[in-house]
Amino acid sequence: MQFDSFSSFLHMGGYAFYVWLSFAVSFGVMAVLVFASYRQHRSHLKSVVLEQERLQRIKRAKKNAAVSVSHDR
Amino acid sequence: MWKWLHPYAKTENAYQLCLTLQPWLWGCALVCLIVGTVWGLAFAPQDYQQGDSFRIIYIHVPSAILSMSTYIAMAVAALVGMVWQWRTAYMAMIAMAPVGAVMTFIALFTGAAWGKPMWGAWWVWDARLTSELILLFLYIGVIALYGAFEDKQQGGKAAGIMALVGVVNIPIIHYSVEWWNTLHQGATISKFDSPSIAPEMLWPLLINLAGFAFFIAAVTTVRLRSEIVLREMHRPWVKRLADESGVA
Repeated sequence: MQFDSFSSFLHMGGYAFYVWLSFAVSFGVMAVLVFASYRQHRSHLKSVVLEQERLQRIKRAKKNAAVSVSHDR
Repeated sequence: MWKWLHPYAKTENAYQLCLTLQPWLWGCALVCLIVGTVWGLAFAPQDYQQGDSFRIIYIHVPSAILSMSTYIAMAVAALVGMVWQWRTAYMAMIAMAPVGAVMTFIALFTGAAWGKPMWGAWWVWDARLTSELILLFLYIGVIALYGAFEDKQQGGKAAGIMALVGVVNIPIIHYSVEWWNTLHQGATISKFDSPSIAPEMLWPLLINLAGFAFFIAAVTTVRLRSEIVLREMHRPWVKRLADESGVA
């Protein structure tokens, strides 16, 4: 351990602001990237499911339309 | 020799590979980053000139080195996509771009926070800093160009050309401290014959370098899977995957 006490560790020999700012922002940005990447993955999976449902709705509507046309005749 | 690579041109195989590697990459990244950062912050000796401010090196140097490595990896993916017509390679390219941009941002930001106490300025228009800033713009350009195309196949090609052209910037960044007069210090650890840094300072740096590399790889696997899902939306295996994921 290079520091005598926890407070001198936090003090960083007078450079506390610059050192802790660097580490906080860096790991903060990295955490945001991880969070955003997983959220994007979820939203892409969701859009696949929604697209599936949409295609099925269209299919059903077409089928129903065809049935009602045949009933009209 | 490179034949083992061919099955991974298939998106389903690439997806599975990412899924298998992912927990290992996250694990290694976490362990290395914690060990390297704690060691660097609390146990490495003080610099005789810069005191404790030099501890910023433990994120500045890894992120700066890897911002360039990631760019090269991205450009290689673009080249593979172009030469062998691999769609998956373009997907890997675009998966890496935001990760590299974040690394570049970290390098620039920590550089500024280190420059202020040491040089007395957050920013100077010096060759190293300016060329690294251009790297950030290249990443953003690749992302924006890809996003501007409705047809992602076309977007991949356009962004790939941009990524390849931007490679000229990499040697400029690397040699900028030799070619121009600069405030920025010269290479420290890339001189493998005689690194100009004490071993007890070097070890945590190398561990953090590995940690950042694992981190980049891990995020890339997540982003690549997400890109594959979007682009292969109409494949049966993706439909099955989405159904089983229970998102909707």
